[in-house]
Amino acid sequence: MNDIISEKKLKVIGTSPDRPDGVPKLTGTAQYGADHSLPGMLWAKVLRSPHAHARLLKIDYTKALALPGVKGIITSADLPEQKFDYLGPERVAQNFWHMTRNILAREKVLYEGHAIAAVAATTSAIADAALKLIVVDYEILPHVIDVEEAMADNAPLLFEDMITRGVTPPPTKASNISKRIQFQLGDPDSAFKTAEEIVEMHFKTAPVHQGYIEPHACLARADQDGQAEVWSSSQGHFVIRTMTAKLLGMKTGDLRCHASEIGGAFGGKTVVYLEPLAVALSRKTGHPVKITMTREEVFKASGPTSGASMTIKIGVMRDGTLVAAEGIFKYQAGAFPGSPVMNGCMCGFAPYDIANARTIGYDVVCNRPKAVAYRAPGSPISAFAVESTMDMVAKRIGMDPIQLRLKNIAKIGTPLLWGAKHGHAGFAETLQALQKHPHYQSPLGKNQGRGVAVGYWFNGGGESSCTVNVNEDGTVVVATGSPDIGGSRASTAQMAAETLGIAYEGVRPIIADTNSVGYTQATGGSRVTFATGMTVINACKKIIAEMCLRAAKIWKIESENVIWEDGSARPAGKRAGEFPPLTFKEIAAKRTATGGPIVASDSVNAEGQAPGFSAQFCDVEVDPETGAVKIVRYVAAQDVGRAIHPKYCEGQITGGVVQGIGWALNEEYIYNSAGRLENAGFLDYRMPVASDIPMIEAILVEVPNPNHPYGVKGVAEANIVPPMAAIANAVHGATGRRLTDLPMSPPKVLAALDA
Amino acid sequence: MSKQHVTTQINGNSVEFLCETRQTLLEVLRDELHLTGTKEGCGTGDCGACTVTVDSKMVCSCLFLGVEAEGKSIQTIEGMAQGDKLHVLQRKFTEHAALQCGICTPGMLIAAQTLLERNPDPTEEQTRYWLSGNLCRCTGYNQIIHAVLDAAKELRGAKS
Repeated sequence: MNDIISEKKLKVIGTSPDRPDGVPKLTGTAQYGADHSLPGMLWAKVLRSPHAHARLLKIDYTKALALPGVKGIITSADLPEQKFDYLGPERVAQNFWHMTRNILAREKVLYEGHAIAAVAATTSAIADAALKLIVVDYEILPHVIDVEEAMADNAPLLFEDMITRGVTPPPTKASNISKRIQFQLGDPDSAFKTAEEIVEMHFKTAPVHQGYIEPHACLARADQDGQAEVWSSSQGHFVIRTMTAKLLGMKTGDLRCHASEIGGAFGGKTVVYLEPLAVALSRKTGHPVKITMTREEVFKASGPTSGASMTIKIGVMRDGTLVAAEGIFKYQAGAFPGSPVMNGCMCGFAPYDIANARTIGYDVVCNRPKAVAYRAPGSPISAFAVESTMDMVAKRIGMDPIQLRLKNIAKIGTPLLWGAKHGHAGFAETLQALQKHPHYQSPLGKNQGRGVAVGYWFNGGGESSCTVNVNEDGTVVVATGSPDIGGSRASTAQMAAETLGIAYEGVRPIIADTNSVGYTQATGGSRVTFATGMTVINACKKIIAEMCLRAAKIWKIESENVIWEDGSARPAGKRAGEFPPLTFKEIAAKRTATGGPIVASDSVNAEGQAPGFSAQFCDVEVDPETGAVKIVRYVAAQDVGRAIHPKYCEGQITGGVVQGIGWALNEEYIYNSAGRLENAGFLDYRMPVASDIPMIEAILVEVPNPNHPYGVKGVAEANIVPPMAAIANAVHGATGRRLTDLPMSPPKVLAALDA
Repeated sequence: MSKQHVTTQINGNSVEFLCETRQTLLEVLRDELHLTGTKEGCGTGDCGACTVTVDSKMVCSCLFLGVEAEGKSIQTIEGMAQGDKLHVLQRKFTEHAALQCGICTPGMLIAAQTLLERNPDPTEEQTRYWLSGNLCRCTGYNQIIHAVLDAAKELRGAKS
């Protein structure tokens, strides 16, 4: 069936039409998380810990509850206890014993901003006033922020009984190391002995926040019969449903979750913070309840990605052949286990064909907010270390950095550290596209340098569902379960229009609530255009089959003698030419007479995704007086498989690169000696603004994925993997100084220049 | 606490509302008047998502009290399109894919509109500096700058 599609000329795919959800977002009518309201609604606020680490001795909210206008207060005592168990695949395992403690602290508070209680009141001002009347007795405990300090023998323990997983025999002593993991290919120890040159370096990165502009927000309404409804801003309303129902002990089917428009997420809206609190308060008070976070709460209590401490060792022959590699990655998980260190261990060396390699990872808890996914979670961190080391390898042997990477680039069949083999082409093609860019040869000015880096990301497949309804006027509604963050309704509509052979404008894509469409995993892992796209294409093919049946009925001929071509049914075989074609619209108009509603549903657990790969170079200019690094030029090539909507593909790349620039140069969590975050706002947590950067040039490389009808590879994440190293390598080119500690803020660069 | 009575103009309409003196214009717009097109990203004037104009001057509505709107003329994103006709900037934003999640878009559009009212022919650099108070985390700004410059060009063409 795929052949039919790939053989014909594509009409809609590869164009960049206006997005179907554009106008409401341009005129202000689109409803984001905080924009929903209901009559009789209460406002809720969350009491948060001022301490980095303390035992909760007593919470007394009697006075707060007595305040006029306060309708209900909850603490962890209102939530059922959860079993201690790691659920799901190891790479993304969830433990509800931890999750319930993260949404409302139980025995201890583990970071500044940790939620303790939530108050619902008739106005937000009253809720705020009530928070001040809650009396909490704390026993303040010593805290630990830095990952190396958290791993030290005498470190304060977040969990007094945490025994490191992944070590045999298990340690007898508790520590902050939740997990150790190791991957190995070949015999790196012996291979290092054969290397002609070895480069070994140590790196640190700071935790950075996803920085979505829309703070977390939700509205909940609970009925007395146990049902509840939630409107919230999330990457996956099915995920919200699963987590909230489990955390509250509800039946999944009783909780109906709606995906509001979502104002950015980048991985940070794949977990729950507010939804269970809002539902619990709504149950307790009998009113709808709205909760929104302030920006300060977003910084202090929602997930940044990990900071890390890493050591990389690479052995190379003087002709550029990589012979051995080792990486040790220590990632901060924040207050509960679950850093993306496993991804870091898997992705770091994945671009290369290195026969002998080992990575070791440590997942380490410390008194910071729990880390949450951030765009290609884990990969940018390890890539900063690996790609910086690769740059030093290239310089050591006097080889062009793109050439060194091309010489060692992974191909189809190259073994991966975790036992699989590369299944897709595209890496070399992407590097070659970058190499051919005219600016790669442009001369550099004074204090300028050029840096190259590459990045790998798995990309995702998984569960997606959709329903396609054909309307009497020949338009269709495509309902999926994938929240649209960056334009996926456009790509969904394009794939449906292309498959059906109808106009893009005739397709209305919507995001259905959890009780109206089949289960769909979160919008994450660059999976939606691939997996949700696949289920939409499947459903559209079912529609075509049904339309052919209807045409056969109209013509009173055998259905096997009807084919679908260019959006019309045509008689074929022995009936060829007997009737003029019937268009999609004409058949849709005869719905009632030919058998009733024309509907098709489909669900997939999609496999066969192809990895994301991006190769980038940037030119920087370093101000020797201030240490400020200015991005002069930035070129990012990425293998997108096939660009369904080229402008939104480019947008993913330029956006990912600029987030990477912020990560490289400015962004970091700054803690004081009391373990309190000192820069919980956009003024002091400085994300790139328009005047900080030039135009980012995106190169779309198209090496189609044979496992998708239109060749799609995910595009959203691989682009954020290379920038930190590309910029560090460019700074090295400009100054001769190697910056190994992110961010490369002016004081650090200046110190390096003066060293 | 007794509420204050405020008479103002919003998007060309006379509006009266009651608000507490502590309430920001942003809170009044969103929570009292249900004009939720203006977004809150930070509440501290650092992100620009709540940008509106007050007597044609660009203002972060999170830093402006509701009571200060007395006798003023406010424009929000809801007043940008004329009936069913989008403003050139709105049209160019969708054509250039200048929005991904769209949460910064209302503030970005208001800021861009004030730029073009003052400077119909801005350079890329002037545009970047004018919009530097409006954070976008999705696009990397490329497409936004292209959309504003393209809208400026079309508006200049319409006038000449």
